[in-house]
Amino acid sequence: MNRTFQLFPDAASRMSHQVDHLFWYLMLWSALLTVGVAGLILTFAVRYRARPGHRQGFLGPHHALEWTWTFATLAIFLSFFFWGADLYIGESAAPAGAMEIHVVGKQWMWKIQHPEGRREINELHVPVNRPVKLILASQDVIHGFYVPAFRIKQDVVPGRYANTWFQPTRPGTYHLFCSQYCGTEHSAMTGTVYVLEPADYAAWLAGMPTAVSEVQAGAQLFVQYSCHTCHGQQAPTLAGLYMSRVPLSDGSTVLADEAYLRESILYPAAKIVAGYPPIMPSYHNQLSEEQLFALIAYIKALRGASATQPATTPPGLVGEPPTTNPTGNPITNPQGIP
Amino acid sequence: MTLLTPSSPAPALVVPENYLNESFSLRSWLLTTDHKRIAILYMLSITFFFALGGLAATLMRLELLTPHSTMVSDDTYNKLFTIHGVIMVWLFLIPSIPTTLGNFLIPMMIGARDLAFPRLNLLSWYLFMIGGTFILVMLLFGGVDTGWTFYPPLSTSRVHTYVILTAAGVFVTGFSSIATGLNFIVTVHTMRCPGMTWHRLPLFIWSHYATSIVLVMATPVLAITLALIAVERIFHVGIFDPAYGGDPILFEHLFWFYSHPAVYIMILPSFAVVSEIITCFSRKNIFGYAFVAYASISIALIGFLVWGHHMFVSGQSTYAGLTFSLLSFLVAVPSAIKVFNWTATLYKGSITFQTPMLYILGFIGLFTVGGLTGLFLAALPIDVHVNNTYFIVAHFHYIMVGGAVMAYLGGIHFWFPKMFGKLFPTWLSQLAAITIFLGFNLTFFPQFVVGYLGMPRRYHHYAPEFQIYNVLSTAGASILLVGYVLPLIYLLWAMRYGPAAGPNPWRATGLEWQTPSPPPTHNFEHIPIVARGPYDYLEEKPQNA
Repeated sequence: MNRTFQLFPDAASRMSHQVDHLFWYLMLWSALLTVGVAGLILTFAVRYRARPGHRQGFLGPHHALEWTWTFATLAIFLSFFFWGADLYIGESAAPAGAMEIHVVGKQWMWKIQHPEGRREINELHVPVNRPVKLILASQDVIHGFYVPAFRIKQDVVPGRYANTWFQPTRPGTYHLFCSQYCGTEHSAMTGTVYVLEPADYAAWLAGMPTAVSEVQAGAQLFVQYSCHTCHGQQAPTLAGLYMSRVPLSDGSTVLADEAYLRESILYPAAKIVAGYPPIMPSYHNQLSEEQLFALIAYIKALRGASATQPATTPPGLVGEPPTTNPTGNPITNPQGIP
Repeated sequence: MTLLTPSSPAPALVVPENYLNESFSLRSWLLTTDHKRIAILYMLSITFFFALGGLAATLMRLELLTPHSTMVSDDTYNKLFTIHGVIMVWLFLIPSIPTTLGNFLIPMMIGARDLAFPRLNLLSWYLFMIGGTFILVMLLFGGVDTGWTFYPPLSTSRVHTYVILTAAGVFVTGFSSIATGLNFIVTVHTMRCPGMTWHRLPLFIWSHYATSIVLVMATPVLAITLALIAVERIFHVGIFDPAYGGDPILFEHLFWFYSHPAVYIMILPSFAVVSEIITCFSRKNIFGYAFVAYASISIALIGFLVWGHHMFVSGQSTYAGLTFSLLSFLVAVPSAIKVFNWTATLYKGSITFQTPMLYILGFIGLFTVGGLTGLFLAALPIDVHVNNTYFIVAHFHYIMVGGAVMAYLGGIHFWFPKMFGKLFPTWLSQLAAITIFLGFNLTFFPQFVVGYLGMPRRYHHYAPEFQIYNVLSTAGASILLVGYVLPLIYLLWAMRYGPAAGPNPWRATGLEWQTPSPPPTHNFEHIPIVARGPYDYLEEKPQNA
C-alpha cells in the first residue's frame, strides 16, 4: 500500500491466492484466444489483400467446423464456470471458530466493533492467520466493504445483515474501500486494514483497558430498553436462543440467526413465536445499528441451562437479566424439536 | 442479391430529386414521415448528445489526472459521471445504430418504400427529443448525482438533486425505443419485397430484428422501475427504502432485468453493421450465415436471463449466484461464434482496407477483449474482487465504445455515400480510424490493470499508486478526442464539397446500393424482386452457390 507503482495487487489472504490462480487461468485462455483471433485476422489481411491478379475464393457452409468451435468454446467456458463455482461454494461460509467483528457503514465512514469492546473508525486491526468473520450493517444507503488485498467485497444493504470473511496470511497495512457509490464523499469512505502478528494484536487489544465489551454494552441496553421486564415471563426467554430452531405460530420453524434476531427486535410482528401473544413493541427507528449489534451480541452470549455448553452468565451484567429461567418453554430447546 | 429490374443510371451533372432536395423547408423536416429524413434527425440529435456526454467524460478525465481534488468538488464529480452515464446510455448508445442506420436502411434493405408505421417513427423521434429536453433542463437546473443506476435508498431518500426529472426523461425516451422496436418488427414481418425470404435477409436485418425484440420486451420494465423510484421519492410508500419497509435489492433486480438486456440493445446493432462491412471489403459471402443470424436471436433471448450477474456481491443467495454465473458463460458462446465466423469470412477474400473496414477490424479486436474480460466477470470469485472497480469500467467501455461506437462510426462511413451522395477523404478518414483505435486502447487498457489493483469506480479521490494508470488513461482520452473530432469535421465538409459518390461506390450487394445516392424519397422506382441470398460477391460462382 502507498507505493508509487504497482502492477498487480498485494495478495494477503488465503482467498487472494486462490482468486489469482483462477485469474491467471482465464488470462491464459484469453491471451490464446486474442492472439489466435488477431493472428488469423492479420494473416488473412496480408495473405488475401486485394492486389492485381488476386481473386477471392469461395468458402461454403462448413457445419462440422461451426459445431466444433461452438462446443470447444462452450467446454472452455464451462471450465471457467466450474473452477469459479467450486471456489465460490468452498469459500462462501466462514469456518467455525472464526472471530466475529461487527461493521457498520454509514455516510461516509466505517465503524468497527470488536467483541472485546474496542471500537475503531475507518481502521480494522486483525491478527494474522486467524479467520475473521464480518457481520455488516448499513445505517443509511448501500455501501460496499472492499479489501482488494484480500479479494473480498460485500455490499452492505440497509435493512439486513451481510456476511463476509477472510483469513489474512501476511502482516501489513492494506486498503479498505467503499465500493458501492453512496453519495457525496463516497471516495473518502476509505480506511486501512492492519494485519498484525498475534503478539502485536494482543498488545493492540490491551491498549484500551477500560473498554466495555460488546456483550456488556448489550446487557446495559437490555435493561435500558426494559427488555428484561417481559422476556422470561410473558415473553419467551432468550437463554440458548441463538442458533436454535424456533417454532412459530403458523406451525413453521425458523433458525434463530442474526437476521432473525434483528428482525424480531425491529419488526416483532413479522414472526410470532408459537404460544406467545404478539405484544412486543417495535424498536424500529429507536436503536442504531451499533446498538442492535450489541443487543444481539448479548443475546448470543446468553447460554440457556439446557444448552449444550454449561450456562455462563456473561460477566459485568447490570441488573438481573433473566438468564436462568428454565420455564421449559419451547425455545430453550436447542435441538429444535417442535 | 441481384435485382431483376436494373435501376436507371443517374445523369452526370444534374442532381436528380432525392429525399434531401425534395424540399428545404424546416416544416418539411419537422413533419416528415420519410424514414430517411427521420434517420437524419436522429443522427443530428444523438451527435449532439454524444458531444455533451463526451464533454462530461473529458472533465472527469482531467480531474482524475491527480489523486486529489483539483478542478471540481465531490458533488460536481458525482454529477459528471452520472450525466455521462445517463446521456451516453439512453441518449446515445441505445438509439445510436437502430435509429440512424436502422431507420435509414431497414426499408431499403428489404425492398420497401418506408417502415410499416411512418408516423409512429416520427412520434418516436419527438418522444426522444422530449425525453432529451427533460435531461437538458435537469442539467440547467443543476444536474443529478445518483449514478446512472439510480440505486435506492440513495436515489429515493438521500440525494437532493433532480432525480425525478432525470427519471422522467429516461422514462419518455423509453417509449421512443419501444416505438422504434415495434416498427422494425412489423416492418420485417410485413414489408419484405417479393423473393426476400427470411434466409435471404441481410444479417443487418437479423440483428436489428433481435434488437427490436429486446427493445420491446425489456424497456417497459425500466419504465415501471423508474416510475416506482419517483413514487418512492415523493410518497415514501416503502417499495425500495428499508426505512419504510421496502427492499433495495428488489430495485436491483428490476433495474438489471432491463439494463442487462440493454447491453444487447447496444451491441446487437453493431453486429449488424460488422456483417455488412466485412463481406463487402473482403468481397466474400459471410461464413456461416445461419450461425451468425441465429446467434443474434440466441443472444437476445439468453440475454434476458443473466441480469443477476450484476448482483454477485449484493447478498443474493449462493445458488442464485451460481445460476447467473452459468447462464452468463452460456450467453458468451454465441458472441464467440460471431467473432469466429467474421474471421473465417476474411479467409480467401480479396481484402481492401477502406475506412469502414478499418473500423470493423478494430471492432473485432476490441470486442474480443471486451467479451473475454466479460468472462472474468462471470466467474464468481473474480467478480467479487473486481465488481465496481475500474476493471468493470474498462470491460463495458471495450464493449460499448470499442464495440458499439466503433461499429457506429464504421457504419456511418460505409453508408455516408448512400445517405448524402458524397465521398469523404480517404486518407484522413483512415487516419482518424487508426487514431481512435490507438486512443481507445490507451484510455481503457490501463483501467483493467488499475481495476484489478482495486481502484473502485466513481472515485473522485484515489490512492496515489493508482495515479500512473489514470495519467495514461487521460492521455489516451485526449487522443480519442482528436479521433472523434476529425470525422465530425471532414464528414461535414464532405456533405458539401465531397465528390459525387454514385449509386454504389463500394460495389456492395445490398438492395440499398441499387438505388441512386442519395436515394429518391420512395427509395425504389420499382419494387425490386430478389432471386438470391445476400453477399453474392463472387463474379464467377461455383456450382453449389
